[in-house]
Amino acid sequence: MKKLIIAFVMAVVPTFGMAAGGGINLDSADIDLGDQASLQRGAKLFVNSCLSCHSAQYQRYNRMAKDLGMSEEEVKANLMFTTDKIGDTMKVAMKPEDAAAWFGTLPPDLSVIARSRGVDWLYTYLRGFYVDENRPFGVNNIVFPDVGMPHVFWEQQGMQKAIFKDVDGKQVFDSFELVSKGTMSTEEFDGTMRDLTAFLSYIGEPIQMERKALGVKVIIFLLFFFVVAIMLKKEYWKDVH
Amino acid sequence: MSENKGFMAWIDARYPATQVWNEHLADYYAPKNFNFWYFFGSLAMLMLVNQILTGVWLAMSYKPDATLAFGSVEYIMRDVEWGWLIRYMHSTGASFFFIVIYLHMFRGLLYGSYRKPRELLWVIGVVLYVLMMATAFMGYLLPWGQMSYWGAQVIVNLFSTVPFVGEELGIFIRGDFVISDATLNRFFALHFLLPFLLCAVVFIHIVALHKVGSNNPDGIEIKKGPKGNKWSDTAPADGIPFHPYYSVKDIAGIIGFLILFSAALFFAPEMGGFFIEHPNFEPANPLKTPEHIAPVWYFTPFYAILRAVPSIAGSAFPGVVAMGAAIVVMFFLPWLDKSPVKSIRYKGPIYKIALAVFVVCFVILGYLGVQPATPGKTLLAQICSVIYFAFFLLMPWYSKIDKTKPVPERVTQ
Repeated sequence: MKKLIIAFVMAVVPTFGMAAGGGINLDSADIDLGDQASLQRGAKLFVNSCLSCHSAQYQRYNRMAKDLGMSEEEVKANLMFTTDKIGDTMKVAMKPEDAAAWFGTLPPDLSVIARSRGVDWLYTYLRGFYVDENRPFGVNNIVFPDVGMPHVFWEQQGMQKAIFKDVDGKQVFDSFELVSKGTMSTEEFDGTMRDLTAFLSYIGEPIQMERKALGVKVIIFLLFFFVVAIMLKKEYWKDVH
Repeated sequence: MSENKGFMAWIDARYPATQVWNEHLADYYAPKNFNFWYFFGSLAMLMLVNQILTGVWLAMSYKPDATLAFGSVEYIMRDVEWGWLIRYMHSTGASFFFIVIYLHMFRGLLYGSYRKPRELLWVIGVVLYVLMMATAFMGYLLPWGQMSYWGAQVIVNLFSTVPFVGEELGIFIRGDFVISDATLNRFFALHFLLPFLLCAVVFIHIVALHKVGSNNPDGIEIKKGPKGNKWSDTAPADGIPFHPYYSVKDIAGIIGFLILFSAALFFAPEMGGFFIEHPNFEPANPLKTPEHIAPVWYFTPFYAILRAVPSIAGSAFPGVVAMGAAIVVMFFLPWLDKSPVKSIRYKGPIYKIALAVFVVCFVILGYLGVQPATPGKTLLAQICSVIYFAFFLLMPWYSKIDKTKPVPERVTQ
């Protein structure tokens, strides 16, 4: 009987994580959504480096201002380039036809990219560009082979090459080796990409921090209610026993 | 029962309000020995109400249009007041509804709740399960993500494997040659309609239950036992009024369940990609097939059975037949069990082992259904599929030869 219960619990409580990309071990993004400074840095990076090609068409500027602890004036002055209406969503100025012609594919909307790809994937992807002369932009990506995107952060990260090793006749990725230095150290760059990943996670589900905070309250209330309900049941069932 | 005066008397002269209340709650006698497994009936009703209420509110902001659907779900998640909560109550609720129903069905297997005189009750229950699966399947298309689209594509294509009429049948279901805006519109219409049909059949399920009375963990018919208890001289001695005793007990069960439900809802609404699959956060793209298509977890045991059957002459139809048979065989369960006793408490070791192996196989099939097929996994799925059917089809034989224990006269506590 106990075993059957355990079997059923196992059936209904899946414990599997997200599938990894292309068999590469993903680095843990280890983001902290409670760190507003990190999210603000990520927001700045996003509007400066990503928003020229990628939209986040479901994310509103004023929502971001409120959630990340910035005033609407600050956001208007520093983070808005494609619109002057604070209630607008993060649309992109580039025409879709142009984008498709330049990159061979339409740069995807990034509103929920953190939810479809996962934060670890994004963090590894952003740091995973390497020199590949066979590609149009001279770079390839270790978790997204033959990606259409150029290495946007090459100035900061520098250029790296991928070292592959031979395992059972197959070329398996081993490590990166920096070939030209960027303006940031590896640690600085990792931190910057962590900020950006955190921001992408935030826009994936702006409510997520509030959701968990509310969840704690709801469960505390229910636990209290549960005790009352059990006492009520015991009181009534005195007649039965 | 005292005669009502005043307002209720006026009502009762025109509508049997007090009579219905008494017959189905206050004077409805249920066995007094219900255990943990008997919570899942009322929990299933709770989840049905949850799905209908949250669903109606979602429909107020959702747009069943191939160009707008994905965006309207994000609009609900971000801009609609409490929209995120309503949406998660619905999406997490769907999975919890199935968890509750699977446990409710398992209870039936444990205590022989499908045996005479409850054959029809069980059959109506399987009808409910089929209706639920149809509703869930159509609902999963509505967010119009990649997995919505390709999952629907795969399932509708199953109907296209039917010989002779398959092609036409697929077009009839989709309203188009591929899953498209037309499909989304009709699935939305049907996803809205079916729950009301479900409610009607739940009503019939309960009418059937109240005609024959509840089974219990001992599998004893309390109506055949001695009469007279502290509430009534004519009621079964082992029965207690449903209200207030089981209504207060079910309240405690519901709160306990809501704690688990809230834990998932607020802290893991995607449940690691099992309740909401990750590719579903990418809008549906008819030109881009995802690497790996898997249905939502509650369909995967049957999907694994489908894939376990090899194609014959390039047609997957035999697999589709096996999948259909896996559900149809449940209808016959009441007539397959030949054991002289109902409850697992008095059944012999053969049934206990058979049920345990069956559950393990069902879980393994569920796991295999979300995994990409490999030769090893397909073999495992084939073994589990055979065991799945053997549990049902060999039951007339093994339930007859099994040793049983004597059933007591009265229920045990």
